[in-house]
Order: sequence, then C-alpha cells, then structure tokens
Amino acid sequence: MTQNFDIPEIRTPENLVYKKTSVLTDNVLHYCPGCGHGTTHRLIAEVIEEMGIQSEVIGVAPVGCSVLAYNYFDIDMQEAAHGRAPALATAIKRVYPEKFVFTYQGDGDLAAIGTNETLHACNRGENITIIFINNAIYGMTGGQMAPTTLPGMLTSTSPYGRDVQMMGNPLKITELLALLPGTYYVTRQAVHTAALVRRAKKAIRMAFENQKLNRGVSFVEVVSNCNSGWKLTPLQANKWLEENMLPFYPLGDLKVNGELVKKSE
Amino acid sequence: MKELMLMKGNEAFAEAAIRVGADAYFGYPITPQSEVMEYLMAEKPYERTGMVVLQSESELGAINMVYGAAACGKRALTSSSSPGISLMQEGISYIAGSELPCLILNVVRGGPGLGTIQPSQSDYFQATKGGGHGDYRLIVLAPSSVQEMFDFVSLGFELAFKYRNPVMMLSDGVIGQMMEKVELSEQQPRLTNQQIDELYPWATTGKKPGKDRRIITSLELDPSKQEKHNLKLQEKYRKIEASEVRYETLQCEDAEYLLVAFGSSARICQKAMDLGRAKGIKVGLLRPITLYPFPYAIVEQLSNQVKGILVVELNAGQMIEDVRIGSHDRIKVKHYGRFGGMIPSPVEVLDALEKQIIGD
Repeated sequence: MTQNFDIPEIRTPENLVYKKTSVLTDNVLHYCPGCGHGTTHRLIAEVIEEMGIQSEVIGVAPVGCSVLAYNYFDIDMQEAAHGRAPALATAIKRVYPEKFVFTYQGDGDLAAIGTNETLHACNRGENITIIFINNAIYGMTGGQMAPTTLPGMLTSTSPYGRDVQMMGNPLKITELLALLPGTYYVTRQAVHTAALVRRAKKAIRMAFENQKLNRGVSFVEVVSNCNSGWKLTPLQANKWLEENMLPFYPLGDLKVNGELVKKSE
Repeated sequence: MKELMLMKGNEAFAEAAIRVGADAYFGYPITPQSEVMEYLMAEKPYERTGMVVLQSESELGAINMVYGAAACGKRALTSSSSPGISLMQEGISYIAGSELPCLILNVVRGGPGLGTIQPSQSDYFQATKGGGHGDYRLIVLAPSSVQEMFDFVSLGFELAFKYRNPVMMLSDGVIGQMMEKVELSEQQPRLTNQQIDELYPWATTGKKPGKDRRIITSLELDPSKQEKHNLKLQEKYRKIEASEVRYETLQCEDAEYLLVAFGSSARICQKAMDLGRAKGIKVGLLRPITLYPFPYAIVEQLSNQVKGILVVELNAGQMIEDVRIGSHDRIKVKHYGRFGGMIPSPVEVLDALEKQIIGD
C-alpha cells in the first residue's frame, strides 16, 4: 500500500526550510537509498550554485556507480573512460584555463585503473578539483574487491576476506597524493552524519575556490558507504563505516595551502 | 611568395599543426616519431599561436587528453607509433563513439609486440577496420611524401570536423624520417572561444544560461537507443564512403598491369613502374590516398582493363584484401611484401611483378 506524504497545506512558502539546488536536474537519482553519492552530488551542485559558476564549470564523469553523474548535474559534462578522467580534465583546463574543471571518481576508477592518470595529473599540478568517493568496493559491477578494500573485508572477489598476503594491501592514495608537489589542498571527508555533511561542503567549496589561485590540484576524498555492496542496511553500513573505515582512513585535512598538515599525535 | 623548407616528415606534420591553428597537441615519446613533439617544444607554439603542447604520462594519457580537448570543440591532435597507437585504441573508440573530431598520426613501425623501430605498414588492418572495440571507422589518410605530411593536417582537421569523426594519418618510419622540400601554407588563426561556441553547438564550453547543458558521452544503456546511435554512425560512414574517396593514378591509361600501393610503398612502386616502362612493360600505379574510405570503384574499373594486379605493402598482406574486394577476384591479384622493417628495392618489386603476375 502506498501512502501519500505530500500534504499541500504544509508545502507553503513560509514553511520552506530546504530547497533542491538548481544545479541538480530533476532526474531521479539511481543510487541505492543511503548511499553517499547522492549527498556528495548535492554538495557539489550547491557549491557551484553558491559560487555562481554554473556557466563556467565543466565536469568529468567516471566509470563506476557515478557513471551517469551527468544526468544529475545541470552543467556541461564529459564522460571519461574508466580511470581517465584526470587526463580529460587536464586537457579541458589547459584549453580553457578560465573555466572551473572537476572530476568525480570512485576508488576503482581513481586508485586502480586510473592511478597513473591521477598521480601524474596531481604531480603536474593541474589546476583542477578532484572529488574522490571511497567506499572500498566496486559498487556498480556488484561488489568486487577495490584498491581501497580493507584487510579482511568481505567482497565478492575476496569472499573469505581480503588476505593481504595473497591479494595485496589497500592503497591509501590520498596520503600518497598529499606528498606530491602538485597538490595544493588534500582532505578526507565523510557525509554520513549531518555535521560531517556540513564540513564536507566547506571542503568542496574550498576545493573549487582554489582554482582561482592556480596553485595545483585540490583533492577531496569522501569516505562513503556502500550498503548494497557491503550487504548491510544503510544504518548498519554507516555504523560499519565509523567502526572500520574511519580508523583506517582517518578524516581531516592532509594538506592545506600546499603545506602538509602536521598530525598532533 | 612561396615559403619552402627542407624538413623531415615528422617536422612537417608538427609545423602544419601550428600553421592550421590547432589548439592542442598531447603526446608521448616513441621512435620513429619523437621529432613531432621535439619540434613543437622547440618552436614554442604556445607563444606563436597560443597552442597547448603537453607531454603526457603515457599514450593512454595523451589520447584521453585529446578526448577532453576535442570535447571542448578544440582542434586537438596527437602522434605516436604502432605500440603507442595500440595503447590509444581505448580512447580512439571512445572518441569515435562520442563523435568527436581529432587528428591522430601513426608513424608505423614493424610489429607485432615491441617489434622494431624500422618502417612498416603492418597497422593497415588496425587503422582501417576499427582498431578498438565496437563498430566504428576512422577516416584514414596515407601520406606518401613530406609535403603530404604537411598538407594532410589541414585536410585531416577539415574532415574530422565535417563528420565529427577521428581522422588518422597512417604514415610510416620512411615518410616520418625522410627529408624533402615542403611548401608551407600561411599561418591560420586559432578559433576564438566565441567562434567555437557558435560553430559547435555540441561542445562542452560551460552551460549557457537558459540553454540546455551539453553532454559528451558514448554510453547509452537502453539497447534500442544504442542501436539507433550505431545506425547513425553507420549512416555517417556511408556518407563518408560516398564523398571522401581519394586516390592517385599514374600511367594507368594504357596499363596492362597494375601496381597498387600506399604511402612509402607507393614511392618505391613509382620507381619500379618507371623501370618496367623502360623495359616495355605497360605498368601503371594506383595509390589510395584514403585507406578508409577505400577506393573500391577505381580498383573495379581498372580490373576491367589490366591483366593482373600486384599489391605492394610493407606487411604480410593487408590492403590486398580490399583490392580483392574491389576487383571481385576477376583477375589475378597477388601480394608482394617485406616486413619487420625491411624495405624492398624497386628492382625487387619489378621482379615480383614479372614473376608473380606477368610470367605466371
């Protein structure tokens, strides 16, 4: 039985406290309920709207769950081959230096098949923004092991857990990229709580604002869940993320204004 | 006044890129075509015309940079040699699927695998029949002189933008490395961003207020729509086949025997033809300039006139398949090839013609 939640007498201008940003289209997101992609899309779109740069942005979509990202952003976008988004973004920014250019990539795309393109775009110091969704799994293809899959973590191609002796170690690519001279801002965020969503939005805003400075890559990792791939409910997935992902991928800035952030411990 | 220069084929290609007003070159060093990027870097086109030149991290990087720039409506090009072109096939397929214009130069060397750095024409199949995954075609131009290495850059971009299709110049180590006199064309200005916006309503240049957003993609998950997209591509290829066939015939009017060759082989065959004529053999030469679309009609026409055809290639027999299709196997069609970087002499070619076609 379906219930009608739309009560017109409540939907009045004076009661309006939240409105979808105009930089998102009206297309229904295909992402699983509870997934961090939708939230991150919204944050990027809000930042673009608030900066007033909708006509100045060119985005690059990856291959992975967010392969159809261009259906949701109301901006000009290009669809890249798996892993190649930073190469496209490099060229776009080089031929249109005055535009804002960003890539949106998952962990398989950015940290496995596209490691070379990512690393060299970052090392050359391309003046672009990279948004990196890390959910430690290949979501679209059905939950296979990713470069960021945690040791012992169950996936469809590590059904007994990731055995690092046999399958190799997870790659902390964000830590690696922070060491390169071409990165200007490197941060790790999450979007599974309201407070973290607000913080992530500030980071994304800074990552776009930085393009005005022409100082190199601004890189925002978003540690996300994948409740379908992790075979958990959305709430369980968020709890699992807190307990397992965040100790391995701690949140916070790694590099700000071109300087590595010193850890207090 | 004519501006003449003595140049290598690779240098002529690079100079042409600047002069036609190309916006961006992306490449990765590989023998025998590294002079292209070396020439560009030395010439500083970013100062001459504002053209971007960037050495990428790999051929994969280079072709995907070409994709990004082409999707912006810019005139983007790259160059490589056989192993590098193999690496680029992924990107070329995406560029063809997304219907983007660009120019790719393959200065072919011998294969398979790492092969050799010496000249070859063994990438004919790869260039003309698809190369990467999916049903697509490149427009393939085969320069046989340093002048054509220069001239085909302009022609290549013209065709690429006319059909929104990648164009490949299929050259080889001979044409890339040899030096000849080149007549240079005048410097053309690069298009302004405003001109690009007006000329190319598909280009991603930033969504204009009140206008629809522009998306460059080759993805369509609905099979009926993907089929429609494929049919549209096929329709475009039929149009190219009907309108863009280019070839050259030499001494074919009275020919009893025909040599068919492209690129550097055609140069060797021209000499072989002269030697044959001096011996009283009525031999002509057909040189396909577009390898796709292939000049089937002239092959068919000449097949009604000559007694036999020798196809001469620096490979084990690739273009001969298209010559056979054109001749409908009505007459004898044989192949003579050297490979692995070996180049036949004109005497060797004439010998093959006499043994395989005339004497047999």
